[in-house]
Amino acid sequence: MGEKVLMKGNEALAEAAIRAGCRFFFGYPITPQTELAAYMAKRMPREGGVYLQAESEVAAINMVYGASAAGARVMTSSSSPGISLKQEGISYMIGADLPGLIVNVQRGGPGLGGIQPSQADYWQATRAVGHGDGHIIVLAPSTVQEMADLAALAFDLGDRYRTPVMILADGLLGQMMEPVALPEPTDPAALPAKPWALTGHHNERTHNIANSLQLVAQNLEDTIIERWERYRAIEAAEQRAETYLTEDAEILVVAYGAVARIARSAINKARGEGIKVGLIRPITLWPFPKAIIEASVATTKAYLVSEFSMGQMVDDVRLVVNGRAPVNFFSHTGGVVQTPEELFVALRRIADGGQIDLVPFQSKLK
Amino acid sequence: MSKNLNIMLAGFGGQGILFAGKIIAQAGMIDGREISWLPSYGPEMRGGTANCSVCLSDEPIGSPLVTAPDALIAMNLPSYERFIADVVPGGVVIVDSTMVGTCTMRGDIEYYTVPATQLAEDNGLKGLANVILVGKLLAATGFATRESCEKAIDKSVPAKHADLAEPNKRALAIGQAWTASEC
Repeated sequence: MGEKVLMKGNEALAEAAIRAGCRFFFGYPITPQTELAAYMAKRMPREGGVYLQAESEVAAINMVYGASAAGARVMTSSSSPGISLKQEGISYMIGADLPGLIVNVQRGGPGLGGIQPSQADYWQATRAVGHGDGHIIVLAPSTVQEMADLAALAFDLGDRYRTPVMILADGLLGQMMEPVALPEPTDPAALPAKPWALTGHHNERTHNIANSLQLVAQNLEDTIIERWERYRAIEAAEQRAETYLTEDAEILVVAYGAVARIARSAINKARGEGIKVGLIRPITLWPFPKAIIEASVATTKAYLVSEFSMGQMVDDVRLVVNGRAPVNFFSHTGGVVQTPEELFVALRRIADGGQIDLVPFQSKLK
Repeated sequence: MSKNLNIMLAGFGGQGILFAGKIIAQAGMIDGREISWLPSYGPEMRGGTANCSVCLSDEPIGSPLVTAPDALIAMNLPSYERFIADVVPGGVVIVDSTMVGTCTMRGDIEYYTVPATQLAEDNGLKGLANVILVGKLLAATGFATRESCEKAIDKSVPAKHADLAEPNKRALAIGQAWTASEC
């Protein structure tokens, strides 16, 4: 790690991806992730890599498929409407067991929605990133430093488990600047070999195939079962979450990404007033950090989930808690950002024995 | 260490709001503090109003979106009117009086009115009213040292335009030295 520099989240992620050995970027501009592509356009040629602005998001994700099949570290980035366009290609990558980094700097939806920060693509990322029986690993940064740190992790996990990986950020994290210590560069030539890659073989081995088509039902079932064994291994080994002030906490906030930052401010204020509250911040959204939440259930009187959505991750928290403690919910959506004050008021109400299930649109919680 | 400071800077697109915020953030970083910088993005950049949240703290920064500023720099009347009610009691407001003109003042906050656009013009520093106002913020709050701010300018001007560092530093000094006039 070198000296800290001041960078936007979008730029820090781009630089970190290059340092992780990524030499192929295929994308299409869209607010609020455009700085990521613009940074790649400037930097990639100097690293001898490829930056290509495709004719569409669909084209870009299929270029990612191709470069990944050839064994390269490759990525694309977009924001919510653009990710919807990429879904077909992501499903094909899952079906062909191809790694690759997909960055979603979320904005409000559905449709074209808005351009302000959102977390409304949680279900899409964790439940339905494409058709078929499949998952991808989903990582959720909360700081500009983590935008950088998760890039290398995403490539490593993708290569290890042969799966696409998504970094699910939002407009706030993409646009903000914070000091960041960039990781040391990795030489792409020094990365672990990919014996499955389509590299050309001069008749020295049987040929490799990257394909998601399996017309014989039994063969398709066999490949899906093999893939799901890998998913079980991922769930066992790769759950990640950060905890903050959880040791003596009676109330736990569960929030990820930018909302976790707002929660931290609210928690600090509540602690100042004697409310015993802490934070569980999922870093992996898939696999969801079930074990860390499960371990908290016995000692937690109430949970509060907050998101930039009508309530999506809250489903996963409720599945783990399973009725053993109240899971309250408070959020804004569509690009409206909750204030720490609002979350603090919600925490105080819960501490006073109240329950909250609120998504206020017009009025602020006071 | 100076105290934690949440700053809102606001004005028209093109007045250098984001750059002024970057100097403040960069200076905080040089002082080894926790900092964040968050721009308004979208249509604002294309000719409307622009604003920028900057947080300086000794603790990790939670929400980077400043909703209750300790300090407001307002470079036009719409921005002043949009954000003045949010400033915390006892907070600091710095207005570019050339652009804001007459405004209704609150009794519970400290006002500094600087004819920054006029001063910039008079000193051959056209376009640097933003940095003059940062200079006044420096005098009013001591958010960093003068040396850190000058280093921040060196880091913030693009390498291709390194010659702009000197006029930026002059603008900073003019703002820092400017004393009172009425709003």
